[in-house]
Amino acid sequence: MSLLKRVMSGLVLFVSLFMGSLWAAEPEYSTLNLRPGVTDNSQAVFDLHMEVVWIMFAVAGLVFAAILYAVIRYRKSNNPTPATFSHSTTMEIIWTVIPMLILIYLTKPAISLLLDMEDTSKSDMTVQVTGIQWKWRYKYLDEDIEFVSSLSTPASEYEDYDRTGTEKNPNYLLEVDNELVLPIGKKIRFLITADDVIHSWWVPDFAVKMDAIPGFINETWTKINEPGVYRGVCAELCGRLHGFMPIVVRAVTQEEYDQWIEQKLAEKAEAERLAAEAAAKSWSMDDLMALGKEVYDAKCALCHQPNGEGLGAFPALKGSKVATVDSVDDHARMVIFGLNAMPKFGQELTDAELAAVVTYERNAWGNDTGETLQPGRVAELKAGN
Amino acid sequence: MAHDHHPTGIKRWLFTTNHKDIGTMYLWFSFIMFLIGGLLALGIRLELFQPGLQFWDPNFFNSLTTLHGLIMVFGAVMPAFVGLANWLVPMQIGAPDMALPRMNNFSFWILPFAFTLLLLSLVPQLFPDGPPNFGWTFYAPLSTKYGPASTDFFIFGVHLMGISSIMGAINVIVTVINMRAPGMTLMKMPMFVWTWLITAFLLIMVMPVLAGAVTMMLTDRHFGTSFFDAAGGGDPVMFQHIFWFFGHPEVYIMILPAFGIASHIIPTFSRKPLFGYASMVYATASIAFLSFIVWAHHMFTVGMPVAGELYFMIATMIIAVPTGVKIFNWVATMWKGSITFETPMLFALAFVVLFTLGGVSGVMLAMTPVDKQYHDTYFVVAHFHYVLFPGAIFGTIAAVYYWLPKWTGNMYNEFWGKIHFWWSIIAVNITFFPMHFSGLAGMQRRVPDYNMMFEGFNQLSSIGAFMLGFGQLIFLWILIDCIKGGKGKATDRVWEGAEGLEFTHLPSPAPYHSFEKAPEVK
Repeated sequence: MSLLKRVMSGLVLFVSLFMGSLWAAEPEYSTLNLRPGVTDNSQAVFDLHMEVVWIMFAVAGLVFAAILYAVIRYRKSNNPTPATFSHSTTMEIIWTVIPMLILIYLTKPAISLLLDMEDTSKSDMTVQVTGIQWKWRYKYLDEDIEFVSSLSTPASEYEDYDRTGTEKNPNYLLEVDNELVLPIGKKIRFLITADDVIHSWWVPDFAVKMDAIPGFINETWTKINEPGVYRGVCAELCGRLHGFMPIVVRAVTQEEYDQWIEQKLAEKAEAERLAAEAAAKSWSMDDLMALGKEVYDAKCALCHQPNGEGLGAFPALKGSKVATVDSVDDHARMVIFGLNAMPKFGQELTDAELAAVVTYERNAWGNDTGETLQPGRVAELKAGN
Repeated sequence: MAHDHHPTGIKRWLFTTNHKDIGTMYLWFSFIMFLIGGLLALGIRLELFQPGLQFWDPNFFNSLTTLHGLIMVFGAVMPAFVGLANWLVPMQIGAPDMALPRMNNFSFWILPFAFTLLLLSLVPQLFPDGPPNFGWTFYAPLSTKYGPASTDFFIFGVHLMGISSIMGAINVIVTVINMRAPGMTLMKMPMFVWTWLITAFLLIMVMPVLAGAVTMMLTDRHFGTSFFDAAGGGDPVMFQHIFWFFGHPEVYIMILPAFGIASHIIPTFSRKPLFGYASMVYATASIAFLSFIVWAHHMFTVGMPVAGELYFMIATMIIAVPTGVKIFNWVATMWKGSITFETPMLFALAFVVLFTLGGVSGVMLAMTPVDKQYHDTYFVVAHFHYVLFPGAIFGTIAAVYYWLPKWTGNMYNEFWGKIHFWWSIIAVNITFFPMHFSGLAGMQRRVPDYNMMFEGFNQLSSIGAFMLGFGQLIFLWILIDCIKGGKGKATDRVWEGAEGLEFTHLPSPAPYHSFEKAPEVK
């Protein structure tokens, strides 16, 4: 699209507001207004929002009409001799009391809605949500299921530094590898926290936005009325990739949810079996390097860069002390337990993956220490030996 | 004019204790910072013109938003108001100068150093991990444990800005309390003096709180304390409480003097006295008082107890009442007046209209349940830019046009002033109005990239921002032209309807020492 066309289409969009696009707020995503969403509370929030929008339009409209009238009627050419009055107690009382009444009128529904939104009691299930730079970890507290959910839009879609434009899919920046699956019709309590900095878990369709604060646990809840896929984002600035940690919730019926849980549990058992197998066997350098590169590109390259040279605050690994001079064990401990801004990967990755990525970091990009780490040793390190 | 002797050249500006010279330096400093902050904003809008990362690494984008906010708040808006106070307060109360002239010099000359510290963070050779990148609100632990090395320069910079502001505020208070002309009782003071007096008290009360917050950051970063780290028994949310206890009054520090300015300009060009002077004073004082007890409305999503959320919601909504009184009073001032539309009046009118827009979105944001949707989206960005750009900055521009003939003795170019106005008001709305929509539709703040559904509005904002930015060069030209002679000599009264000692008792340009003999105020 040429620049001119873009400007024109933008202007048309802008003008269309004044044609009353606020009405067009039906379930399809509105690009102009809040979404009514899919919970009773999100609908109530939307209704209150629309009510206050109209009242504020009316108030601003009255003020603007009065200014417009004064500007035309009382310009010097129309009114050469000004009046001299400078106060009127009656008017002052009127325009103090009327706004107060409007505010009282608005406060009442806001209070009852807020009390409802903050009432997390009598929930049917609980999900713990943990914000991590820059992904979310979900833990189903009643099911012992836990997984990490991160952006699945490939960097090739958003990195456009040569400014040639990239092909983008419709859910660009609003898609994840592992969706949070939730049943409809159940009161779901969320326990929200963070591992590093403050994040904020926001799903507009639920009218749920709650800060994830390291060291503290916040509570909120939702009860979804309709099955579907609902997309949200991290709302609190949390560092470099704040704009790249979306939330995707798939709401399903109870039966589908039960099936999904069963499948997840089976997957987990299988993964544990494979991990145990992998941990038990002795890995060759080639195998460790192959798996290590995969893990590194997925989990580490975002900060330390694919070439291991780091970026700004993120240190280089190529030729670094940690990856070449320090012992394999110290290096592995750093990856497992984290250090300062370095997140801990001990929970997220299997023993084999951890062993592989440490081996990779010690042998890629000319680090060539020749050292390997075996999954068995990772298990010992995790246990504190 | 025997007392007019002063050093010339650079020494005049380095050693000056004259309120006019210092006011001039504050105003130019603020204009330079406004252009730098604006350039950073254009960097933001450049990246946001279309989806995808075209120009900056996300980390540097975060630095752009951080430095833009800090420079505009502490470098552009606040020094501009101190500059106006320096020029106007002595002239308006019938005094020869400010009460504490040497401190006045000091409080200005701190600022270039403070901002050099802050801007040094942009030099990659000094700070390989980049400038501060945690937003102008610098929430812990992003700014403490995770902050780049330049954070320490930022901390010292903020300390210096705070010292400068406190000294400026003390000076205003002492001047206003002690140096009013005989007969000028408090309730006869011009509105600009009233609003600045109240602003000065706000500054004195909150700048030390900010200094405390950054000092705690410093000790958390380097001396092993854990004020804001839960792992050591601290609390990241406490940082936000402390920050916003400073931050909310700060918002009013950036708007109250503009209220005062509008209360001068609107009566002048309506040729009618200000409507409801007493209620204007009381409304300003109420707003200032309320500003101290509403801070946590910036924090409705941190998980406060519901009782706290209810309290902060109701207290915040009450602010709409005194603010409404002010707007209604301005409209009533115009009512049955005899209005003309010179450039200062145009900017003052735009101030009233667009500030009202920012005010009504403020009422919406105050309502906790719906704020949970608005919070940290572009709707908030739209809201505070409506109160800051057409509010604080249009207010300042209106003041400069209004008093410039009194300062320089020359009339500015009215034709180009009107062009500047119409260009700015169109651009400011193209820039900031669409942000309401992208915010409501779900675009969060402080992101370098977004889904295609937000593209149209972001492009509009970017186009508007470039128009708005380059449009201010017209202003720069008008200023230089006016200082060099402009459209000829200004009369002593300057404007037909102008009131106040600076217009009725002083020539244009005003003498170096404003009132050597105090005028009698009846």
